[in-house]
Amino acid sequence: MTRVFVPRDVVALALGADKIAAAIVATAKARGADVSIVRNGSRGMFFLEPLIEVETPAGRIAYGPVTLKDVAALFDAGFLDGGTHALRIGKPEDHPFLKRQTRLTFARSGITDPVSLEDYAAHEGWLGLKRAIEIGSAAIVDEITKSGLRGRGGAGFPTGVKWKTVADTKADRKYVVCNCDEGDSGTFADRMVLEDDPYMLIEGMTICGLAVGATKGYVYCRSEYPHGIKAFNEALQRARAAGYLGKDVLGSGHAFDIELRVGAGAYVCGEETALLESLEGRRGMVRAKPPLPAINGLFQKPTVINNVLSLATAPFILAHGAKAYADFGMGRSRGTMPLQLAGNIRYGGLFETAFGLTLGEIVEDIGGGTASGRPVRAVQCGGPLGAYFPPALFDTPFDYEAFAAKDGLIGHGGIVVFDDTVDMLTMARFAMEFCAIESCGKCTPCRIGSTRGQEVIDKILAGIHVEANLRLLEDLCQTMKFGSLCALGGFAPYPVLSAMRHYPEDFKPHAAIAAE
Amino acid sequence: MPAVLDAQRAQEIIDAHLALEGPLLPILHAFVEEFGFVDDTAVPLIANALNLSRAEVHGVLTFYHDFRREPAGKHVLKICRAEACQARGSESVARHCLADLGVDWHGTTQDGAITVEPVYCLGLCANGPSALFDDEPIAALTADKLVSVIEEAESV
Ligand SMILES: Cc1cc2nc3c(=O)[nH]c(=O)nc-3n(C[C@H](O)[C@H](O)[C@H](O)COP(=O)(O)O)c2cc1C
Ligand code: SF4
Ligand code: FES
Repeated sequence: MTRVFVPRDVVALALGADKIAAAIVATAKARGADVSIVRNGSRGMFFLEPLIEVETPAGRIAYGPVTLKDVAALFDAGFLDGGTHALRIGKPEDHPFLKRQTRLTFARSGITDPVSLEDYAAHEGWLGLKRAIEIGSAAIVDEITKSGLRGRGGAGFPTGVKWKTVADTKADRKYVVCNCDEGDSGTFADRMVLEDDPYMLIEGMTICGLAVGATKGYVYCRSEYPHGIKAFNEALQRARAAGYLGKDVLGSGHAFDIELRVGAGAYVCGEETALLESLEGRRGMVRAKPPLPAINGLFQKPTVINNVLSLATAPFILAHGAKAYADFGMGRSRGTMPLQLAGNIRYGGLFETAFGLTLGEIVEDIGGGTASGRPVRAVQCGGPLGAYFPPALFDTPFDYEAFAAKDGLIGHGGIVVFDDTVDMLTMARFAMEFCAIESCGKCTPCRIGSTRGQEVIDKILAGIHVEANLRLLEDLCQTMKFGSLCALGGFAPYPVLSAMRHYPEDFKPHAAIAAE
Repeated sequence: MPAVLDAQRAQEIIDAHLALEGPLLPILHAFVEEFGFVDDTAVPLIANALNLSRAEVHGVLTFYHDFRREPAGKHVLKICRAEACQARGSESVARHCLADLGVDWHGTTQDGAITVEPVYCLGLCANGPSALFDDEPIAALTADKLVSVIEEAESV
C-alpha cells in the first residue's frame, strides 16, 4: 500500500484538494493500485499547492501544483513510485524555499496528519509539556524569559515578563487567552497552526497554564476561519479524550482545559482588551489600560493574553531549552519569525527564519519578486496598520527595532507585495476607509478622523485645493497618531504617511476619477 | 427558513448556552446558524435569560458585522477586499462579479439566490483574490471561476 499525502489546509482546499484526493482514490481503484490517502497539513509553500506527496522507499516525493486534470497523467508517469513528471518537485525538504528556512515553530507543518495524536507524539509532541510538568512554574517562566521570546501578535512585548506578572498575582481563578483573531491582511500563520498543527497550540497553552497557575484557556478565533475552527475543535476533543486536557493533565495533578470561541467579524477584537470584552459577551470596545490584563483581565481575573505563535513556540523552548531558541536572531529580536509572504508575490507562503534578513532579500530572493513579473513598487509590512516600504528601503533588516527606526512595524510578520500598477493614493484612502469601518468608536480621533481622512483624500483625488488638503491630511494623521486610545486609530496613519512620503507623485488629482 | 421566530426553539438554544461563561456571542452565533439571522423578537428573550437590558443585547447584536438581522440569500458569497487580495486585482474581479449578479455590496440577487458581502482577509493571502462561497473557499478567484462555482451549487 502506498501512502499519498493530500493537504487539508484551506489553501489546498481552495485550489481543489478534496476533488483531487477523490480522483486519486478512484483512479487507483480503476487501475488496481493500493493507495491510502493521508490528509496532511501544508508545508507552507502555497505557490505549489495543492502539493501532493507520495511515500517511496527513497522518502517522500512531491508533485505540485496539481490540478484535477493532472491526476491521470500522474498515474501514467508512475508517480506512486516517484516517477518523472513535469510537476515533480522531488523531496520537499530539498526545495530551496524550505531548505533556506529555520523551522522551529513550524517544524511539523505539512509532515504530519494534523489531528493524529500518534503523529504528533512521534514528532516531538508533548516533550515540552512533560518537561514543564517536571520543572514547575518558576522554572518554566524562567525558560520563556531567557529564550527572549517576544509577543508575535504585533507589539513585541517580552512573553516571559507577561507570564511572570500573572504567575505572581494571587487569585482564585486565572485564565490563558489565545488571540487568534489574525485580522491583518497578508497573515495566515495563526490559521496554519489551527489547521496544520493544532496540538502544538494546545501544548503551548497548557504549558502556560502550568506556569501561571491557570486552569482554563480560551482560544478566540475569527469567524473568517471556518476550516481552522473545525480542525481545532476536532483536536481539542481528541486531546481531551486522551488525557492531555482535563482535570488531571497527563497524571500531573494539574487541571487545564481549553474552549474555542468564535469572533463575529470585528477587526478591533484583535486588540487584547476589546477581545476580552467580546469574550465576556459585550461590544468589542477597547478598555483603557491600566489595569493590565495580566492583573485584571478576563472576568476581572489575572489573564495571560498571547498571540497563537507566542504560545505555540513555548513547546519548542521547553523541549529544547531557552538557549536553543535564543541562539537564533539578532539584537533584541531573538529566535525565529514565521514570515508570511503574500499579495502579488511569485513564491508566496510561510517562511520561518531567524530575524535579520533584509526586506530586499525576503521580497526578491525568497519571494522571487512579483507574481505578475512586473517591478515591485511597494511592500506593506505588518498588516493594514503597517507602513509601505519602497524598494529604496530594501536594505532594512527584519528586526523589531530596525523597522521601528524606519517608521514601520513588523507586526505579525505579514509582507504584502504590490507591483508598479498600484496607486498609492488609493491604498492610503483604503487605510482610512478600513479604520472607519473597524473603529470601535470609543475615541474621537479614530472614529471621526478616519472618515474625515477619506473625505480629504477624495478632495485630493478630485483636485480641490490639493496643497491645502495634503497639509490637512498630514495634520489629521498626527492627531490620530497621538490622540487615539489604541493602535487602530494610532497606527492607521502609518500606511497613509508612508505612502505620502515615499510616493508623492501619486498624491495629485486623478483625472479619471475627477471627471466622474 | 422560517419567517417568524420559533419561540420554543429559540428558548432551547438560549438554555443550551447558559452554563457558559460569557454566553452572549455563542447564543447569537447559534441563532444565525439555526434561523439564518437574529430576529428582533429574539432580543427580549435573550435579555431576559441573561439578566441584561434589551439595549445591551441590541448593542452587541449591532456592533458585530456577522450578526445579520434579516435573512440572507440562499447562498452567501464573501469576497476579500483586503490589501493582499487588492494587490492581485481583487477589486476589479469583485466589480465584475457584482455587475454580473446585478447587486451592490451586502445586496441579494433578485431571485434570492446569493447575497454578496465584503470580507477583510480569509487567510488565503498568497493565493488571492480569495472568496468564501458558503463554507467553500476559493483561491485565485476570477469571474469565470465564480460562475462555475455558482452553477455547481445551483445544480445540487
Ligand atoms: C486594532 C488591533 C488589532 C490587533 N489584532 C491582533 C490580532 O489579530 N492578533 C494578535 O495576536 N494580536 C493583535 N493585536 C495585538 C494585541 O492587542 C496584543 O498585543 C497581543 O494579543 C498580545 O499577545 P503577544 O504578546 O503574544 O503578541 C491587535 C492590536 C490592535 C490595536
Ligand atoms: S483608536 Fe479607534 S479602535 Fe482604538 S479605542 Fe479609539 S476608537 Fe476604538
Ligand atoms: S487579504 Fe484576501 S485572503 Fe488575506
